[in-house]
Amino acid sequence: MTRFMEEAAIESMAEKVGDIMRNAFVFNIDGVGVKGKDGQTIMDAADQAGIYIPRLCDVEGLEPQGSCRVCTVKVNGRPAAACTQPAAEGIEVENETLEIFNWRRDLIRMLFHEGNHLCPICEASGRCELQAMAYRLGIFQPAKYPYLQPVRPIDASHPDIMLDTNRCIRCGRCIRASKDIDGKNVFGYVGRGMHKRVGVNGKNLAQTNVHLDDRAIALETCPVGCIIRKGLGFFTPIGQREFDRAPIGSTIEKAVLKRGKK
Amino acid sequence: MAKTKVIEIEPVSRVEGHGKVSIHLDDHNNVQEARLHIVEFRGFERFIIGRPFWEVPVIVQRLCGICPVSHQLAAAKAMDVIVGAKKLTPTADKIRRLMNYGQIMQSHVLHFFHLCSPDLLFGFDADPEIRNVFGIIKKMPDLAVQGIMMRKYGQEIIRATSGKKIHGTGSVPGGVNKNLSVQERDSFLKEIDQMKKWALGALALAKNYTLEHIDMVREFAAFNSSHLSLVREDGALDLYHGNLRAIDAGGNIIFDQVDYKKFNDYIMEEVRSWSYNKFPFIKSRGHIDGWYRVGPLSRMNTIGFIDTPEAQKALEEFKGLTKGKPNHMSLAYHWARMIEVLHCVEKIEELLTDPDLQGNDLLVKGDRAEEGIGVVEAPRGTLFHHYRVNKDDQVTYCNLIVSSTSNNEAMNRAITKVAHDHISGKPKITEAMLNHVEVAVRAYDPCLSCATHALGQMPLIIEMYDVNGSLLERKGKCL
Ligand code: SF4
Ligand code: SF4
Ligand code: FES
Repeated sequence: MTRFMEEAAIESMAEKVGDIMRNAFVFNIDGVGVKGKDGQTIMDAADQAGIYIPRLCDVEGLEPQGSCRVCTVKVNGRPAAACTQPAAEGIEVENETLEIFNWRRDLIRMLFHEGNHLCPICEASGRCELQAMAYRLGIFQPAKYPYLQPVRPIDASHPDIMLDTNRCIRCGRCIRASKDIDGKNVFGYVGRGMHKRVGVNGKNLAQTNVHLDDRAIALETCPVGCIIRKGLGFFTPIGQREFDRAPIGSTIEKAVLKRGKK
Repeated sequence: MAKTKVIEIEPVSRVEGHGKVSIHLDDHNNVQEARLHIVEFRGFERFIIGRPFWEVPVIVQRLCGICPVSHQLAAAKAMDVIVGAKKLTPTADKIRRLMNYGQIMQSHVLHFFHLCSPDLLFGFDADPEIRNVFGIIKKMPDLAVQGIMMRKYGQEIIRATSGKKIHGTGSVPGGVNKNLSVQERDSFLKEIDQMKKWALGALALAKNYTLEHIDMVREFAAFNSSHLSLVREDGALDLYHGNLRAIDAGGNIIFDQVDYKKFNDYIMEEVRSWSYNKFPFIKSRGHIDGWYRVGPLSRMNTIGFIDTPEAQKALEEFKGLTKGKPNHMSLAYHWARMIEVLHCVEKIEELLTDPDLQGNDLLVKGDRAEEGIGVVEAPRGTLFHHYRVNKDDQVTYCNLIVSSTSNNEAMNRAITKVAHDHISGKPKITEAMLNHVEVAVRAYDPCLSCATHALGQMPLIIEMYDVNGSLLERKGKCL
């Protein structure tokens, strides 16, 4: 590295540090001080602090949409979606209260009742964020709501990809990924209200320009077992699937534990 | 004209799943007819149509909480054909076999120790208050514990190979998704000697019971029939893979070494008006005489030998009883079952010392096919799975012949014979008499929920009717 490059690097780092210093502020989540900076959402700041706020429609790399409401927190006493709500100096955020816990449980339960979810036979079992969230929130059996048992289509037309909308939770992650990252608009919503579900822009998947390499198809995009890569189901043995190893949210919590120890 | 009454037994307790026995009596309490009815839920086939084929080995396990692994394996074998996997890797083949032996062991052990031993040890007409698994726990705690430990061993093998005790995912189209770790292997090896000892003990119990009660066993629910099973190419017992062999009541070959993928050319299913269950029969012998039995007794009759030493010795003794001719006694199923448990334990030991189980080559693939048939020997007998899959990978056709369906005619004959022998002409019908009917059904260890392809389980019911169809008596015990 030349002297000139070193200097440039140091200068840009100093600039960044300055930026951070200028815009940094502190707020509370459940009474614990958390650092935030301008432009961050509550969820971003919480993640950095190693505090997990449950979520389904939000995923790293996509613009937040704020639709599932699983990330609901209270900000100065009023409910807000942590994935879209900007963090701000001095706000009091409630995350792990009994009231909020119960809201989240109800939201998750309703998703199970609203679609057709038979986890024991679903290839997403063990890596499914909905299932993992249910476990994290202590939902082990159905309760309360009637099963709607909708009749929903399977689109198996594409040679590599299948869409089983029985399991769609309308998180819109595939839609945003296809539009914003792949620049393709393969997925979109069809239907209204409770009949709203994901559909494709074309007669069926085979008629679109979707490709296995699309971000919309990446395993981490669809949180459930709706977008499936054909012929690969059940290849990961039970015990080695993502959430067999650690509960959902624990990577965020652990990352900071590690940093804290240093 | 003499009136007919009908007795129905509901549920046949200590039978897996649920169903109903009806006994038709005339005015003198003479049995006119006895039938086993099974309540039908055709939910299963409907559910599977349209699903992607790789889900099938997992979905079919919902059919039955007792032998889900047999369904998993039969479906996986059918799906091997769909993905063009002509020959599995040695690791995949042996992992699946290990899973199957664990499954048959745990199923047979549950049936013998917990469902049947009360009849055998206390007597068919003992007080029902003690003639149950709790009676066994109280009177013979050692036996009860052995049953539990052996079952657990089998279940742990299933867990190690399939991921879970029930509804595992181990077998995937074209192979398996995991091998057996050295730690898992070693933990099983540690206990194998104990398992063998207990298996020998259970075998002695079943054998001695048969020999001590031989006059009764020769008569009780005994009738001639054909028998069918898979056999290995050299005629050995093979519970995972082989070709079909059928023999007649005299032990003559009806067909032999038939590729099971062609089973539809040899076996047909008849529908009868009074039952939702189908009645399979051997085509060449027609629907009247073509019925056959499957399961442990049939396997002991069809095979030439067993390729593990202790079980082979046991087989020779077993065959000695009928001088090498087929054994047709329903109660001999128990002895046959315990020979198989011993065979499974010996096979498990053989596999555990095979380094192939730690191999990493788990999957093969080839040219895609549209039709797949998979057959295994389940604990209760030959299990057929037949599917068609469209080019979009969705199942378009599914037909299963489960072991209890193959034994449908046999079970009906068994209860008819017992009803004639033990109920006909008696002035009063007692619990003990009805239990004799149940004992006959139970010898076949029918898994009624899967015989009817129900998603889940359901209850078996005995009721008696007169000719006018009015209910005279109804016996029902919950499982
Ligand atoms: S998508 Fe998730 S919640 Fe739904 S059935 Fe599959 S594993 Fe269960
Ligand atoms: S298909 Fe998957 S990613 Fe797309 S909206 Fe449905 S659940 Fe979300
Ligand atoms: S994650 Fe915030 S609303 Fe869905």
